[in-house]
Amino acid sequence: MSQDTVKRDRPWLMRTYSGHSSASASNELYRTNLGRGQTGLSVAFDLPTQTGYDSDHPLAHGEVGKVGVPINHIGDMEALFDQIPLEQMNTSMTINATAPWLLALYVAVAERQGVDPAQLQGTTQNDVLKEYLSRGTYIFPPEPSVRLTTDLIAYTVQNIPRWNPTNICSYHLQEAGATPTQELAYALSTATAILDAVQASGQIPPDRFTDVVGRISFFVNAGIRFVEETCKLRAFSRMWDTLTSERYGVTDPKQRRFRYGVQVNSLGLTESQPENNVQRIVLEMLSVTLSKNARARAIQLPAWNEALGLPRPWDQQWALRMQQVLALETDLLEYGDLLDGSPVVEAKVQELIDGAHEEMARVEAHGGMVACIDNGYIKRELVQSHTRRIRNIESGELQIVGVNCYQESAESPLTAGEESGIMKVDEKAEREQIESLKAFRASRDKDKVEAALQQLRRAADDGSNIMPASIECARAGVTTGEWSEVLRNVFGEYRAPTGIDISPMEHGDSAALEGVRNRVRKTGEELGRPLRLLIGKPGLDGHSNGAEQIAVKGRDAGFEIVYEGIRLTPAQIARAAQEEGVHLIGLSVLSGSHLELVQEIIQELKKIGASGIPLVIGGIIPEEDAKILQAQGLKAVFTPKDVDMNTIMNSMVTIIRDANGLEAAA
Amino acid sequence: MSLPEADTTADFATAIAAGDRAAIAQALNLLDDKRTEARRKATALLAHLQRDQQNPKGQLIGITGPPGAGKSTLSASLIRAWRRRGLRVAVLAVDPSSPISGGALLGDRLRMQTSAEDDGVFVRSLSNRGQYGGLSAEVWPMSIVMLAGFDIVLIETVGVGQREVDVARLCDTTCYVAQPGSGDSVQFLKAGILEVPHILVVNKSDMGAVATRTLSELAAALNRTHPDGDWQVPVLATSAANGTGIEALADALEEHHQLLQSRQQLATRRKGYQAYWLHKRLLEEYGSAGIEKLGGEKQLLAELESQDMNLFKQYEALRQRLYPDIKDTFA
Repeated sequence: MSQDTVKRDRPWLMRTYSGHSSASASNELYRTNLGRGQTGLSVAFDLPTQTGYDSDHPLAHGEVGKVGVPINHIGDMEALFDQIPLEQMNTSMTINATAPWLLALYVAVAERQGVDPAQLQGTTQNDVLKEYLSRGTYIFPPEPSVRLTTDLIAYTVQNIPRWNPTNICSYHLQEAGATPTQELAYALSTATAILDAVQASGQIPPDRFTDVVGRISFFVNAGIRFVEETCKLRAFSRMWDTLTSERYGVTDPKQRRFRYGVQVNSLGLTESQPENNVQRIVLEMLSVTLSKNARARAIQLPAWNEALGLPRPWDQQWALRMQQVLALETDLLEYGDLLDGSPVVEAKVQELIDGAHEEMARVEAHGGMVACIDNGYIKRELVQSHTRRIRNIESGELQIVGVNCYQESAESPLTAGEESGIMKVDEKAEREQIESLKAFRASRDKDKVEAALQQLRRAADDGSNIMPASIECARAGVTTGEWSEVLRNVFGEYRAPTGIDISPMEHGDSAALEGVRNRVRKTGEELGRPLRLLIGKPGLDGHSNGAEQIAVKGRDAGFEIVYEGIRLTPAQIARAAQEEGVHLIGLSVLSGSHLELVQEIIQELKKIGASGIPLVIGGIIPEEDAKILQAQGLKAVFTPKDVDMNTIMNSMVTIIRDANGLEAAA
Repeated sequence: MSLPEADTTADFATAIAAGDRAAIAQALNLLDDKRTEARRKATALLAHLQRDQQNPKGQLIGITGPPGAGKSTLSASLIRAWRRRGLRVAVLAVDPSSPISGGALLGDRLRMQTSAEDDGVFVRSLSNRGQYGGLSAEVWPMSIVMLAGFDIVLIETVGVGQREVDVARLCDTTCYVAQPGSGDSVQFLKAGILEVPHILVVNKSDMGAVATRTLSELAAALNRTHPDGDWQVPVLATSAANGTGIEALADALEEHHQLLQSRQQLATRRKGYQAYWLHKRLLEEYGSAGIEKLGGEKQLLAELESQDMNLFKQYEALRQRLYPDIKDTFA
């Protein structure tokens, strides 16, 4: 068959998750990417923007412009979309706790561009529930968070009808360790919790409720087990179809479609032999495209080097080209569903559906999704699954090429050279952002700002929809920090359960673990008291899965673990280390702000007379930075390469022994 | 890190009393340290800190209750209330240890959300180190240090029934936090398994009807007069989430403290805690035969309560009496 006689399906939306340094630098990047054939935008915001702080807040230090673009006010948002006509754009924003605010800014910028907001198309992730389980960019307690989520949904369904108000995420659940069954169960439980809340809010007339159901979309992960992943997506489609029909009475099949975007797995990307990630990413992309009836509507692929540091534009271009080759060169889009009628696929799909139903019933029995977040049930289940995965990698039961087998490698030309294969964020970015923020603040009409904030406070208090007041704030020049501060005062702040209080893993302990335990105990005896570790995450990065695993393993190795969780200032960490009398501090940083944060922690420790406590760090830390950190006195840098947790525990014991004048062996 | 070394023990004790955070942290490490040299220093330090035993300082408060009752968040709210009243607060947060590895996850600090700027709050987490449901041996000595430097020392620990006896025997004021909707606390109270607390709290009163019912059930099950004197046990509703009832709880705790002070009971009570602690340690080490050899529980406690207090000195003296050939490590 020649190509011109075949009707090909339209390809999915191709995006690259990007944004860095400043609004104008990101704008330039977006326009380049669109020029290269990207068909939508996927905005990455920096952590201060995601957690509701202005760039000059103390907690923002070191994080401005690192994992995304800093957006403080309408001026930044305007610069971000400069020369990008919003009525023609489909923009996805990975934003959760502050989603109503970023959408308000987007609407206000559209107005300034002369675009009718009703024409806007795109997505706000707006799924705070998964933030409590993974990723950690929540601000408020679950209840007010659900209220903000539903406000945004109710507003867009009525005013921006083509907007996808929420993208229920199973992506981050997989990153936190979820099995396919758990992904299905928790994502669908989240969707029903949100839909029920919208229904209960009374903001939508009953006869329009199916429109809300029809606007719910999902953001899914696809790992390397691509056959199972394909089956998972077929299971999702089928379960969503049944659920929308039975629970919400949706009759229009179009409104029952499982619409999803995808970012393939970054959990499985390796730092060792990173070129292998290319084939991983391609196979994972197959799993979300192969089955036409469960095909993704939008895809963004990670870059091959994400486990090393931030990707460069060229790395992102490569990821985009993978999508283009699959969509344009192969014949995939010429056929109907390839898997329909396969008994093997059908059996696997059914198995996943049955397992997911069982888990959903358990969530229901524990009080529903919101209660299960607050009481820690789901987080514990995830930590347990993740621990199992890590143990299997350690034991070699789960093989990862280049990591725990076939480790020998010729030197890679990809990571050679001056940049060592990653992107460097402009060090001036934070300072310039703060200067421009100060200038913006000085130029505003203060009375207008105060009036808009008053209106916001009233809306937060009296339960009216938060969007109109937020849009008014956006127009008036309110900042991200001011908007969030008002809501923080009304709703309070929250700390999610850590889930690390799981029982030790059921299967027998290895000789290696026994060995570490003996060293921990003996060293404790020699030092007169049990060995104590402080584990915590400085800065705003909420990816706590690694820190949680270290905490659990440390407990199993016999350490007393003071787990400090996420979003800590350097001063808090230093103080906790002193108050708790720990023998070692273990930090975890994945946002790229390790240099600034470590330096501050070292200073704080010195200030309070506790600089004798050895410091180690784990995270995505480029080799060059590791050398800088070690020169500053850091005792060890652990990266994704270090997969054997017993070895990590052992080196911590050695560091403690060394710091206390004991010889290395024990 | 070498062993903590202040210029002299007296300076060390002065720094602790002045609330010097580094000194307090050092002292807690020292009291945890089982090495001979450390024990000698700790004994000397306690001699200073326990000198003025006729005028005991501070209030030692125990907060206990079943897991999930919201003790940590309630403690966090209380700490804020006390800070507003200008009181300095130290916390000993006790979590269970793993029976398999001996390790522990100490996560309470996370829920206390203490600020890094406030010098009036100090939190030390402790594993119960195998004392399941009870308190580890370090709790009492560490309390002595904290009492020297703070107005309030809060011991927070899990307890469901008979096992929180430790906290009731080591604190001036015990506060039991019940979980709304769970009948366990009522049952334990009725059966006399639950040591009667000085204050009963039903937290999470934001749960509405369930909490109200638990509150009235507890009130009904309770003989409102506390066994240790004319104290009417208040049954209070709090919501750490909404911040309601916290001031009333702080008031009730303060009132009980006033009562103990006006009756001049604090000094004797503190001696009693120490006697209880010593008895428990000796019982663990030498069994009931050992206690018999020292004259039996009753006589031993009476004897200890009549003595001048110096924790580790008393402890060593009793061990010597049992086994004169034990080397006195602190002499």
